Amino acid sequence: MSGFLAMVRRDLSLAFRQGMDSMIVVMFFVLVVVLFPFGVGPAPNILTRIAPGVIWVAALLAVMLSLERLFQTDFEDGSLELLALEPRSLEMTVLAKICTHWLTTGLPLIIASPLLALLLGMGSKGYPVLIGALLLGTPTLSLIGAVGAALILGARRGGVLLSLLVLPLFIPTLIFGVSAVDAVLTGFSYKAQFLVLGAFLLASLALAPWAAAAAVRQALE
Amino acid sequence: MSIFSGESLFCIRAARPVFGGLDFALREGGALVLTGPNGSGKSSLLRLMAGLSPPAAGRLSWDGEDIADDRQGHNERIRYLGHLDPVKPVLSVAENLSFWAAAAEESDIPAALAAFGIGPLADVPGRYLSAGQKRRVNLARILVRISPLWLLDEPTTALDKDAVGMLADVIAAHRAHGGMVALSTHAELGIPGAASLDLSDFPAFMEDAP
Repeated sequence: MSGFLAMVRRDLSLAFRQGMDSMIVVMFFVLVVVLFPFGVGPAPNILTRIAPGVIWVAALLAVMLSLERLFQTDFEDGSLELLALEPRSLEMTVLAKICTHWLTTGLPLIIASPLLALLLGMGSKGYPVLIGALLLGTPTLSLIGAVGAALILGARRGGVLLSLLVLPLFIPTLIFGVSAVDAVLTGFSYKAQFLVLGAFLLASLALAPWAAAAAVRQALE
Repeated sequence: MSIFSGESLFCIRAARPVFGGLDFALREGGALVLTGPNGSGKSSLLRLMAGLSPPAAGRLSWDGEDIADDRQGHNERIRYLGHLDPVKPVLSVAENLSFWAAAAEESDIPAALAAFGIGPLADVPGRYLSAGQKRRVNLARILVRISPLWLLDEPTTALDKDAVGMLADVIAAHRAHGGMVALSTHAELGIPGAASLDLSDFPAFMEDAP
């Protein structure tokens, strides 16, 4: 456990000192959402209608953008092979890196999302549900994404490959995340969608660290 | 008395056989110097010893137990130094080391820095270090967690004469406490009583090769 915390602490201090990485992700998120009113026109009824979907797709792309570097820098400077040789399970190390990834990208996105919902004129009833759905959904994205990030280690043009690998796997989370917000906006219960999102989270929490650690081992061989 | 040994090891890297039929044994206080031309498999052998990749055939054992059966136990026993120096540019030297010391029960970072003459650099961010200084930090990393077996892949790369001397002293002290070391080198390190293993003596001969 102390190894887990040491890992999180180190990655967080790296993220804060390098500073820009998480800022860029949030800026990207905001910019993508801001592009939509220019693209589809400023008609409020259209924007209100598509707001949950736009925010979710933008969040998904923003997470995608930051995933490539999850293991890459440690792989390139030799840290990753030493992490694999630390006297704790590699799964734990991978989980710690995923936690840090969520703290530095998922969490800032969630904090920025109400502002964007306001910008698109989303109904005020939807805010808590949007935040709740993102809280349940973005850790799943980090977990699934970590498997992809580990698989592309050592590949040329890894970023493109990563999106091909991971984006299809993000679709279920996207569907239920958007549907939860749409449900509450149209006056239905969002409970079922939240339960499904929670199930995705638990399933990926149980599987992804092992799959990602196996992929990391493969890359180090 | 611990013993680390390998029996009839066969190594394949990227579908190319590197060496075969290799045996070695390391006892407490022992040292093994790997020599051989470039590409003869020195680094590959050290990676096998570290458990980073499995041998294609043969087995590596610690006190008779296969290291593949207890990976974490083996990780606790080894300190590995590869070609790269994992010094994070935004963390200071002391911060870099303290992360690698996190798994240790006790560690003395100032002493580890002093052993390689980089005590004054403790607060300097990694990005300002020269290649030789980074290598010294990486070597100091070996010292922050006490482990019986050191696996050093070309540890003298980028080091000046003084640092090579310090490394020889550190290795001597480690062996005096019953530690083992396996290292590959092209430079003369001056390790008294070290066994030498020339990897070009173990060609990966395949009987039915076309």
